[in-house]
Amino acid sequence: MDAINPTRAVELPVQEIDVHTDTRDILAHANTGARKRGFQDWLICDVDAHHVETVSWHELVEYIEDPVIRHQAMLFHKEKLGGASYGLNGDMGLKYQDVGGRIPHQASLREKTEPGVHRDVTLTRRAMQSLGVDYMVLFPTPMLTLGLHPQPEMEVFLGRAYNRWLIDKVLSVDSRIKTLAYLPFNVPAEAERTIGEFSDKPGVIGFCVPSTRHKPIHHNDYMRSYAMLEERGLPIAFHAAYHWQDQSLATINRFLGMHALGFVWCNMVHMTNWILNGIPERFPKLKSIWVESGLAWIPFLMQRLDDQYLMRPSEAPQLKKLPSEYMRENCWYTTQPMETTNMKALQLTLEMINAETQLLFASDWPHFDFDLPQEIYDLPFLTEEAKRNILGLNAARLFNLDPKPVKVL
Amino acid sequence: MTEYLVCNEADIAEGRRKVVQCGHREIGIFRIKGQLHAWHNSCPHRQGPICQGHIYPRVVEPVDKQGQVRLLQYDEADQHLVCPWHGYEFNLETGRCNGTDRLKLFPAKITVRDGALYVLL
Ligand code: FES
Repeated sequence: MDAINPTRAVELPVQEIDVHTDTRDILAHANTGARKRGFQDWLICDVDAHHVETVSWHELVEYIEDPVIRHQAMLFHKEKLGGASYGLNGDMGLKYQDVGGRIPHQASLREKTEPGVHRDVTLTRRAMQSLGVDYMVLFPTPMLTLGLHPQPEMEVFLGRAYNRWLIDKVLSVDSRIKTLAYLPFNVPAEAERTIGEFSDKPGVIGFCVPSTRHKPIHHNDYMRSYAMLEERGLPIAFHAAYHWQDQSLATINRFLGMHALGFVWCNMVHMTNWILNGIPERFPKLKSIWVESGLAWIPFLMQRLDDQYLMRPSEAPQLKKLPSEYMRENCWYTTQPMETTNMKALQLTLEMINAETQLLFASDWPHFDFDLPQEIYDLPFLTEEAKRNILGLNAARLFNLDPKPVKVL
Repeated sequence: MTEYLVCNEADIAEGRRKVVQCGHREIGIFRIKGQLHAWHNSCPHRQGPICQGHIYPRVVEPVDKQGQVRLLQYDEADQHLVCPWHGYEFNLETGRCNGTDRLKLFPAKITVRDGALYVLL
């Protein structure tokens, strides 16, 4: 010990993380963890991350096709006071995700960005760099409840404008950023048009149906869309969300409860319809991805449907095997938010869904319940091959991506 | 053991902190109710930067004699350090996780000599 000339501790530049902190500082420990685990040599695909598209809504509305609506939207943003986004429905102020300011990156990312580069490109690159991700699939955030819009045509206007804007401003700039393009599913003919138009656009690796909606996904109106996707080899993702208008969740008063159930319930309903109506039998090569519902719901639904199906096979005459078998063979799942308080249950879940081939890593960054790639790496019961599949190779196969890592950690 | 000089003890005012790098480790030192408490800046949940999180008093919900509730309150005597990654809350004095005894902050050793604050690792 040298009392005269002691080793000096170095004060960290960021003493307290807030909404102005740089993503790279917030995630500095993630980056250290990624290096420590040697992720440089691992392909890591993050199949579900987000940006806040409403920050750029004034830009996005310029991509609305309808000239009258576009004009109205542009005037709205030029002349109206207040923070609303033109045409957007949703829960307005019922957005408590940041736990009363406790999780700043969920509240907002107000860090300085680089001049001349779109904010969302910079923020996504910083997140990829920090987490050690090669490819990041970007989803919108408030638009995830657009399927509940009282004006079906507005879902079309905004959904298509979003796709065009995202391709132009973000995806064309960085080939490591991908999207599952927004499908305006409440108007089936427009969904078909969207598939036809956007399938081969830069960065589009499939299509996304936000799951909060009331139209049944097994309706005959959607069969052409499914056929088009199957023919093109492009997956369809059902991205979960919550909404306080859901009557089945109307008694829930705590956001914790709403988030825990809402993000699962919508996909449980769709999955039940998807399987019992035999969509995987009708379109055996169509790959469906179930996004952001976590994993704990899947064993429950598998058992529940199997059990009921065997007693009432006449009500699901298209099925040639158990519901759980379709769920394990024809469906893919994203990991986040991976429930980890009971490791035995998690291990069984991964076995039941055949995680080695069906599970896709997702961070959900920058949301409050984001996951890191190292959570998969650190699981004690998986082989290295299984970990590599889940972290990137399953996604590479599903989306036709080059399996060679491209990041520089 | 290495001794790292942090600052003058008096430089950390009530309710404030210093988060420092000592070699390859990071330590947060906080003053609560006059006392200094030091924790490793690695959250027991997923190694997040716990010591760089906000401080909130614990939230309580008083229940009246009829078993009814009306308002939420802050318990100012129970200050929580909140992890900025996922919001896990830890008592700043004991390191105990709000919600489970299975998780606890990792304590770091400190000493004060001649008014100077040192971390011992
Ligand atoms: S790492 Fe601290 S709450 Fe998750």
